[in-house]
Amino acid sequence: MSSPAPLHRALGLTDTELESIREVLGREPNSLELALYGVMWSEHCSYKSSRIHLRRLPTEAPHVLVGPGENAGVIDAGDGIAVAIRIESHNHPSAIEPYQGAATGVGGILRDVFTMGARPLAVMDPLFFGELSDARQRWLVEGVVSGISGYGNSVGVPTIGGELTFDDCYASNPLVNVLCCGAMPIQRLVLGVASGVGNLAVLLGSSTGRDGIGGVSVLASAGFDGADGAESLDDAKRPSVQVGDPYEEKRLIEACLALLDDGLVVGIQDLGGAGIVCATSETAARGGVGMDVDVTAIPLREAGMAPFEIMTSESQERMLAIITPENWDAVAALCTKWEVRATIVGHVVEPSIDANGRSVAMLRVRQGFGGEVLAEVPASSLADEAPLYNRPMARPADLDAIIADDPSDDEPVGSPNDDLLELLVDPAWVYRQYDSQLFLNTVVGPGRDAALLRLAGPGLPSSERGVALSTDSNPRWCALDPRAGTALTVAESVANLACVGATAKAVVNCLNFGNPEHPEVMWQLSEAIDGMTEACVGLGLPVIGGNVSLYNESGGHDIDPTPVVGLLGVIESLVAPPPGWEWRKGDDIVLVGARHANSHYRFPLGGTRWATRRGRRGGHVPYFDAETLAAAINFVAGEVASICAGQASDVTAVHDVGGGGLAVALAEMVAVTALGVEIVELESHAELFAEFPGRFVVATNDVQSFIARAELAGVPVVPLGTVGGRTLRIGSMIELSVDEVASRRRGALEESLAAVL
Amino acid sequence: MARIGVVVFPGSNCEFDAAAAVTRLGDQAEFVWHTRTDLDGIDGVILPGGFAHGDYLRPGALARFSPVMGAVERFAATGGPVLGICNGFQVLVEAGMLPGALQKNRGLTFLCQPTTLVVSSTSSVLTRGATIGQELVVPINHFSGSYTCDDETHDELVRNGQIVLRYKENPNGSRDDIAGVANKSGNVVGLMPHPERAMSALLGSADGMVLFEGFLGVKVAPFVLAH
Amino acid sequence: MNYFVIVDVTLRKGIADPEGSTIERALPALGFTGVTNVHAGKSFRFDVEAESEEAALEKATSLAERLLSNPVIEDALPRIGER
Repeated sequence: MSSPAPLHRALGLTDTELESIREVLGREPNSLELALYGVMWSEHCSYKSSRIHLRRLPTEAPHVLVGPGENAGVIDAGDGIAVAIRIESHNHPSAIEPYQGAATGVGGILRDVFTMGARPLAVMDPLFFGELSDARQRWLVEGVVSGISGYGNSVGVPTIGGELTFDDCYASNPLVNVLCCGAMPIQRLVLGVASGVGNLAVLLGSSTGRDGIGGVSVLASAGFDGADGAESLDDAKRPSVQVGDPYEEKRLIEACLALLDDGLVVGIQDLGGAGIVCATSETAARGGVGMDVDVTAIPLREAGMAPFEIMTSESQERMLAIITPENWDAVAALCTKWEVRATIVGHVVEPSIDANGRSVAMLRVRQGFGGEVLAEVPASSLADEAPLYNRPMARPADLDAIIADDPSDDEPVGSPNDDLLELLVDPAWVYRQYDSQLFLNTVVGPGRDAALLRLAGPGLPSSERGVALSTDSNPRWCALDPRAGTALTVAESVANLACVGATAKAVVNCLNFGNPEHPEVMWQLSEAIDGMTEACVGLGLPVIGGNVSLYNESGGHDIDPTPVVGLLGVIESLVAPPPGWEWRKGDDIVLVGARHANSHYRFPLGGTRWATRRGRRGGHVPYFDAETLAAAINFVAGEVASICAGQASDVTAVHDVGGGGLAVALAEMVAVTALGVEIVELESHAELFAEFPGRFVVATNDVQSFIARAELAGVPVVPLGTVGGRTLRIGSMIELSVDEVASRRRGALEESLAAVL
Repeated sequence: MARIGVVVFPGSNCEFDAAAAVTRLGDQAEFVWHTRTDLDGIDGVILPGGFAHGDYLRPGALARFSPVMGAVERFAATGGPVLGICNGFQVLVEAGMLPGALQKNRGLTFLCQPTTLVVSSTSSVLTRGATIGQELVVPINHFSGSYTCDDETHDELVRNGQIVLRYKENPNGSRDDIAGVANKSGNVVGLMPHPERAMSALLGSADGMVLFEGFLGVKVAPFVLAH
Repeated sequence: MNYFVIVDVTLRKGIADPEGSTIERALPALGFTGVTNVHAGKSFRFDVEAESEEAALEKATSLAERLLSNPVIEDALPRIGER
């Protein structure tokens, strides 16, 4: 039998990383210390492969209050209100237990937001699965959606949108991303900082069990006394899936916001990946103070847990608050009211002085306060000084060949009617399961271009403002050209916000990629970050937070690069709903924005839904041109904003031309209004299904006046037709009855899900 | 100005929304924590939606034992108006203050969507300002909202005019399309839809207004116990 | 032969059980003291046509593991029940 791997490797640390640890400590680490480094220096916690690239993103703007690196990004939304936003992935947990994986993803993101002092007001969920013809995908979809619904509805935060993508590249590796946005009176903004020697670290919420103890579980058998090998890894000690408890989280939210309102905390931090070690080391490192943690003080769910398990457990629904000793009684009383357990688990202490006379904030794990020291490491070495890798990058060798097979080169064949019907999917089956209305803010809910909320909530100053949110991705484009694809995704997102009248203010991103040890994946990641930088600089947007999820692969195949853009916008006056998709009989329909893509092709089909359904995954992606895009987007946003502010307008409906192209945008409006439309002959079959952002379908009851305004703004407008009748007719290519369009769209998802198990 | 107590259980989440509906019509809303045992000075009680005690075991099953429920029962017994919305309705049936029970939706999924309600009886504090046959667009938001009861109870409900609201198109499999019921006296009412979410055209519907006006006694004659 | 099978599905040891814990915390208020270790689960009952008890249980076990539970977090315990 071969001898077991050295402990540090079993914990996921390389030999070089072990060497760095020895250097930091000036001695050999013990196994508990190794375990702490193992989790904190994991890709998940340290971003060691991506940080070097993420630095290129623009992060500053006058309205940014908190940028990347904190629990959530925060902007000043005006009227004394700050808005916090964060996006994360919960891909791998959702693949093995879809309900709990998705549920705990929601729980985690909410904690990131209320940690900042904001009350979570909305959640959005971009989801990616394999094709529904596979029974396992249906199990995953139903599990994930009911997990989001079960947790989000119960904890009392509305889920107001998301995205739903089916593609075989996600078959064994679904992506479950979750975005949360919250708001607070600006003065309640708090940071996760420990300060004030003598202050107490108080653990709030659930007890600690053996949940989500990942790589370090190897210690369960290796043990501190160096007992037996991995063979005897006993079943009861295997890492377990985290189970979410929305009821605990709800009480935790109320208790924490009340603690902040009463001024009872100095700093507060949620416990996410890497649990207590992460929360204590990050707060101590930020505050430049030491922290003594008593492992015996931490309330446990199971008997016999070892210190490494207690320190690294990812048990859900826990927070760490730093308080002054004189506030302990008040904190305890408030927590008792909300039935939230509060336990003093740590003391803020003086930083230590190292051999060179420098002050070092140490994290000490002790057996009882003042008891034996089980581990002692510089807090910042865990939190901020993880190794930084510049991994090799290489453009995929086969990419040119893939791009060369461009569907735009061939004259499209087949029935446009059938093609269009196949592309129609109403996600209502998903979003009906989400409470999208709680807090009485939802002006535009799920299933439209972007969600729009009143900026109101318990404890907020009164305001007429609104916030808009959208999540967008286009992995098909990004597989062909991650740089342009990502830039266009940002543009698409900004265009979506324009449909509800909002001006984009800040971006968060969730970068879902494959294995970073594959040079092609690192190239995709680097290109995507450059594309996002280009778009954000071009459109004047700061990136205020993000998440990187790597190792999304299965069977040796990396997923298509899937950067998800979360966009936050603000509208200054929201007293009337935006026009939405509800056009009226007799309205004139126009296309706003450049009719032709600035690309190799007037109507590019590379990476479109239409081409992908035909198994054509090659082709050229349109170029990103900030100036042209911004002109159309700003014009539409301004038109809609004036309607939201209560002004009269001839505009009756607005819809972004997105996935599926012009034909799908028109069909969606036909489906929701049950009103037909008569559209002129288009230039070509490709114009039906081509995808490139910056185009809008607008309905108006005074087309002359609308065109005059557009011309004044320098934005191209093409008259398309008139609303009326019971038929969707596009020139000589499309002729479908309103009922067929509506029923196919309504039934598509449910029918796929209902297919025999 | 009436003082309306909005009962808050740990896990309630529509308490702010219910309070907003009350204050919008000019009355005063006061949160009543679930451990309180008196309702002194309170003119009406709302049990809001949410997931009291996490809805663990069964929706409403643990909340009915909260100390405040004794006070709510005494308040109702003296004719005080009590309104249970969604989870509040579930608590009222678990507590035996309203007949019947609420089961999981027919489709076994949570449903958040607009519904059209038809007013079936005006002899309740909630519907007294409406007219029979009036249609109201009010959203639902629940997993366990399928109303059920035995034949005998159903006969009695029909006979006494206790079925106050029905769905025009049944979304969840409720018996006889029932969306809301009242007790025999009409002062205790429960419904699964959320009228507090239908108080503003900006949010899609203001049809809940007539229900809250009834409950708060705005623009309607004082409520007389049916007996 | 037709066998009546009961399958209890419970969360595996060590997995958080929020429902069980919440019920346990509520009990003292109702006057039930001294009740601990409350766990919530699901119970399924069905008839299985099989040659023998062993065969019926085997079928039920396979069914329980594949459909009624997620073995990642739940244990499924089938047994022959009395009608």
